[in-house]
Amino acid sequence: MTVQPTVPIGGDAPDVASVVAPDVRPAKVIEMEDVSISFGGIHAVDHASLDLYHGEVVALLGHNGAGKSTLIKILSGAYRRDGGTIRVRGQEARIDNPRDAKAYGIETIYQSLALADNVDTAANLYLGRELRTWFGTLDDAAMESHAREVMGRLNPRFQRFKEPVKALSGGQRQSVAIARAILFDAKILIMDEPTAALGPQETAGVAELIKQLKRDGISIFLISHDIEDVFELADRVAVMKNGQMVGDAPVHAVTRDEVLGMIILGKCPPGATRGPGAID
Amino acid sequence: MSTSKPEQGARSDEGGPLARLFRATEIDTRMLGMIGALLLIWIVFHLMSGDRFLTPRNLWNLSVQTSGVAIMSTGMVLIIVTRNIDLSVGSILGFVAMMMGVAQTQYLAGFLGDYGQYTWAAALVIGMIVGASVGALHGFVIAYMGVPAFIVTLGGLLVWRGAAWWVTSGQTVAPMDPTFRLMGGGPYGAIGAFWSWMVALVACLAIVAGLYFGRRNRKRFDFPLRPLWAEFTLAGVGCSLVLLAVGVANAYPWPRGIVRRHVAENGIVLAEGEQLFIAHGIAIPVLIAIGVGIVMTFIATRTRFGRYVFAMGGNPEAAELAGINTRWVTMKIFILMGILCAIAAAISTARLNASTNAQGTLDELLVIAAAVIGGTSLGGGIGTIAGAMIGAVVMQSLQSGMVLLGVDAPFQNVVVGVVLVIAVWLDGLYRKRSA
Repeated sequence: MTVQPTVPIGGDAPDVASVVAPDVRPAKVIEMEDVSISFGGIHAVDHASLDLYHGEVVALLGHNGAGKSTLIKILSGAYRRDGGTIRVRGQEARIDNPRDAKAYGIETIYQSLALADNVDTAANLYLGRELRTWFGTLDDAAMESHAREVMGRLNPRFQRFKEPVKALSGGQRQSVAIARAILFDAKILIMDEPTAALGPQETAGVAELIKQLKRDGISIFLISHDIEDVFELADRVAVMKNGQMVGDAPVHAVTRDEVLGMIILGKCPPGATRGPGAID
Repeated sequence: MSTSKPEQGARSDEGGPLARLFRATEIDTRMLGMIGALLLIWIVFHLMSGDRFLTPRNLWNLSVQTSGVAIMSTGMVLIIVTRNIDLSVGSILGFVAMMMGVAQTQYLAGFLGDYGQYTWAAALVIGMIVGASVGALHGFVIAYMGVPAFIVTLGGLLVWRGAAWWVTSGQTVAPMDPTFRLMGGGPYGAIGAFWSWMVALVACLAIVAGLYFGRRNRKRFDFPLRPLWAEFTLAGVGCSLVLLAVGVANAYPWPRGIVRRHVAENGIVLAEGEQLFIAHGIAIPVLIAIGVGIVMTFIATRTRFGRYVFAMGGNPEAAELAGINTRWVTMKIFILMGILCAIAAAISTARLNASTNAQGTLDELLVIAAAVIGGTSLGGGIGTIAGAMIGAVVMQSLQSGMVLLGVDAPFQNVVVGVVLVIAVWLDGLYRKRSA
């Protein structure tokens, strides 16, 4: 049980997208192809395709209602897609529920945090994957001990382990949600607005954490509204509009204004790979 | 961030000695309030009834009468914690009771002989299977077909009451197997003074051992410890309560007629004018209820299933996203409820020495009231097994007290209904203040 993931990438962990040439890019860990879902006639996600490479941070951008949360909820098993294929590490994956996604090493930090408010931090961290004694009973002491360890790294001042998480502050709750995602050797991490509830200092902490995770070889989908954050943290941006993919581009190949143009107008700049949602 | 200081430390020195005691012993003040209310009810009834309430005899009967509702209330806690409700427990009890009665009097005789050695066990197992099946059906419709629990169990209230009638076309079934009847209490259905003291001894040892191993475990992981004096206070209070309760049960003697028969049957020679004092001791249904309470507390707090139940109550969506199979957990809760109804039905049938199709009528109200009075929040996510069982004692004390005072039966229902509403209101006030 460790926070340090097991797959470090070579030596001093370079910034993948900028250093490695395109044809020797690391392997694709996630390939989503033509993924669609509709709710009562509304195409929330309409034939969207998106890949994620090993050790890469891909920022997914778009207006509210553009379909980005829905797309990643399909990947995390919260929704079942109507069509399209998802491959994990080259193998076609069957993701029908959150358990399936976790089995592939896909962990998600939801925008709503998805915490059980009435139980304590350790119980939330291990929810669905409790440690047990050899009698088969819950090993609360061991879980609390690990929880103290993990939370100690994310949020060293945190001490309120005996209280239900509803008593915690927004930032502390966010820490719990993040700790839960990284506790189990996640290979692929989905972060839906991870800094939405945080103050400036805590936001900086999360940014630091993302860099750390990336150095450790974890591949990350990051959903964010903050374009500065995106340009600081992501290797690649992908933009959705009206459920369709407008396009994706390495961050160094596009400007902030061009990305805003993709989000607002659906206009694909020259540096980006066009998607079906792009307009001329 | 002053609020995130460790719980132990500077803060535990604040407040008066009473506040410090509560904090150090980690006793739930809400539970303490409930016990205070119970004592108040007892004292008021005692004074109003002319010193007839707090007698060994009345308290012993109260314990037997409470056991059925207490057993069912432990399951109701899990149901209400997951934001469901079960309105059908009284009817399930009635239906299962009829099935157990018919099994004993009509069918099992063919296999096991008239009231054979294992008739009681076979009847009990049949009852539990029937109860579990009914619960499974409810759970399936609620969890997998998506019909709200309120509606499913409201339907079940009618269906199983009707089914209870249909088993024998309304006829009462009697008498029951003599061994089976021991589950209902009475002079023979109690374990006597010696074994009661043994139970008390085991309970006291368990309390001490629990505190000791709990402390050792916390020490092993360097968690904050309770001060030693608090541990000794807890052990002392716990053991005193156990001994007091057993002392009361042992102070209630067998009725004279039964003692006379016992003397005659066993050829005991008594001196002229000598009275033989034979104590009841703890009643078997009470032992069953305590056993159920311990098992259910274990399930609720020490197992994955229990953890999932509470997590689902706190945030159903989060539980689903965490990969918990919430439907299957819901179904298991209702299966458990069905089994508990069957145990309560066995006690009730054994006590009446008969199965009737009206058995358990309105029990759902008492059971829900017990759970809610015992601190189970209708908003979900909060509740304890021990609280619900104390809640059951509160409800039964009210009923028993009103009977002692000669309150008319319809008016008793008025009181029970009003108490339920007031309890939920007070609970809401308490939570608003403590939140």
